[in-house]
Amino acid sequence: MNILVCISKAPDTTSKIAFTNGNTQFDENGVQYIVNPYDEWYALVRALELKEAQGGNVTIITVGTASDDAVIRKALAIGADDAIRIDAPATDAYFVAMQIAEYAKGKGFDLILTGKETIDYNGSQVAGMIAEALELPYISIATKLDVAGSTISCEREIVGGMQEVEVQAPAVISCAKGMAEQRIPNMRGIMAARTKPLNVVAPAALEALTTFSTYSMPAAKSSVKLIDPNNLDELVALLHNEAKVI
Amino acid sequence: MNLVYINSANGLSKAALETVTYAKKLGADVAVVTNGNAAAELLATLGAYGASTVLQDAGVDGQDPSQLVKLVAAAAAKVGASTIIFSHDLIGKAVAPRLSVRLKAGLVAGAVALPEADGSTKVNVFSGKAFGFVKVNSAVRIISLLPNSIQPEQTGGNCSTEAFDSQAGSSAITIKATKKPEGAIPLPEAELVVSAGRGLKGPENWGMVEDLAAALGAATACSRPVADIGWRPHHEHVGQTGVAIRPNLYIAAGISGAIQHLAGVNGSKVIVVINTDAEAPFFKAADYGIVGDAFEVLPRFTAAVQRFRAAQH
Repeated sequence: MNILVCISKAPDTTSKIAFTNGNTQFDENGVQYIVNPYDEWYALVRALELKEAQGGNVTIITVGTASDDAVIRKALAIGADDAIRIDAPATDAYFVAMQIAEYAKGKGFDLILTGKETIDYNGSQVAGMIAEALELPYISIATKLDVAGSTISCEREIVGGMQEVEVQAPAVISCAKGMAEQRIPNMRGIMAARTKPLNVVAPAALEALTTFSTYSMPAAKSSVKLIDPNNLDELVALLHNEAKVI
Repeated sequence: MNLVYINSANGLSKAALETVTYAKKLGADVAVVTNGNAAAELLATLGAYGASTVLQDAGVDGQDPSQLVKLVAAAAAKVGASTIIFSHDLIGKAVAPRLSVRLKAGLVAGAVALPEADGSTKVNVFSGKAFGFVKVNSAVRIISLLPNSIQPEQTGGNCSTEAFDSQAGSSAITIKATKKPEGAIPLPEAELVVSAGRGLKGPENWGMVEDLAAALGAATACSRPVADIGWRPHHEHVGQTGVAIRPNLYIAAGISGAIQHLAGVNGSKVIVVINTDAEAPFFKAADYGIVGDAFEVLPRFTAAVQRFRAAQH
């Protein structure tokens, strides 16, 4: 089974979020980049588990510049066999998805996996876009994934519950918590990752469909109003009269 | 023309009414496209929210995004849609990106407000820690609206419903089983949420969380550790790796407020924190705080809400 796992870099979850250049760019100063947790913990680790059980190959792919190679090596250290970097800045979800679809076309991947969203732009767009571009079935926000022959079984989130579904490979699946557990790369994996193939591919000629024109920060919270634990009637009155939420 | 996709197979959700209201506020006439076999009388009620026409394809059950994308694309062509609106719920997240590629139309994913004067639309970025303003470079734009971002609004009006055969083909997805707790309020749609963490000490103590939720008419939620150790089901886990919510009121008992938890709830309009530790970081993000033991505060809170509700009637 050949699995393509789409990964993205993302700022570490504890990063200070700030903007620069007249609030038009994310301020990368001091920001530590990691593999987007959904891509790493769920999509990549589940792909490796399937490969370990059934054989095959796990390729990771990202759209980015040479500065992303450290993040790619980390994903290789966790156990992916090889990596593709489409050599272009990731301008928007459409651009990224279409570059990946262009690359994947005709290469015979049985499964294309992504995380359910990135923790920076949170759009949950890339997997659906790849599926449409390649005319493949798409199971979004799957919390379980199994493969038997060409049948892919998933558990997916639906509005207000869960559903067990099946599709025939090839398919695109976005992966969420429940599918696998985080793996910490060991020294052997880190050493091996240095020599695994990282192929840099020229981008296809494509335009982004969207741009972020500017960013802003939420208004600072006024300080907390403390309520006497013996006077909950006061809290209920405040929620009704002042906050107007009940 | 603005086109709204809604799933009406299980009735009209609040999220559906929000999207129709949003489309109406954008200015142009509003057409709705829907799957499923909801009664015509039910769909006609969308007129009050601003829809002028509803296209209904009863042959599509709404389970497969590759069918739904064909349904919405066919409707967009029929009505000449310049803006297409989805809810940024589990269906919208699956279908809107497919439609973006199919129509080569830019997608604003997770809008939290109407577009600005310069045409950009506000979305949450960095897991709710900041906002971004997205501009679409294509002639047709798609917007998926984060639930609870605007309130449904009835402006009066009538709409017609017509059967619509979108030629969406057959579903590629086979449904083996569906698990849906009866009567529970879906967390992303809930206006009021009561949540608890490890401070509750064990699953057997959740009765007091459920009591407060029942008194308020709220949904229940939990922190990540509580879902991880199996005290509560995973779909109740709110936070960076769980569900992101933006209710009007979020009540957190026995949750310290780690940055990853805040990422899932910082869109809440009002936050109430109950914690024994006055230094818990969550108090910095809270509007109202109670330094006290959840085991004592929650039952008192429930009683106070019941007194308030009784006095209202």
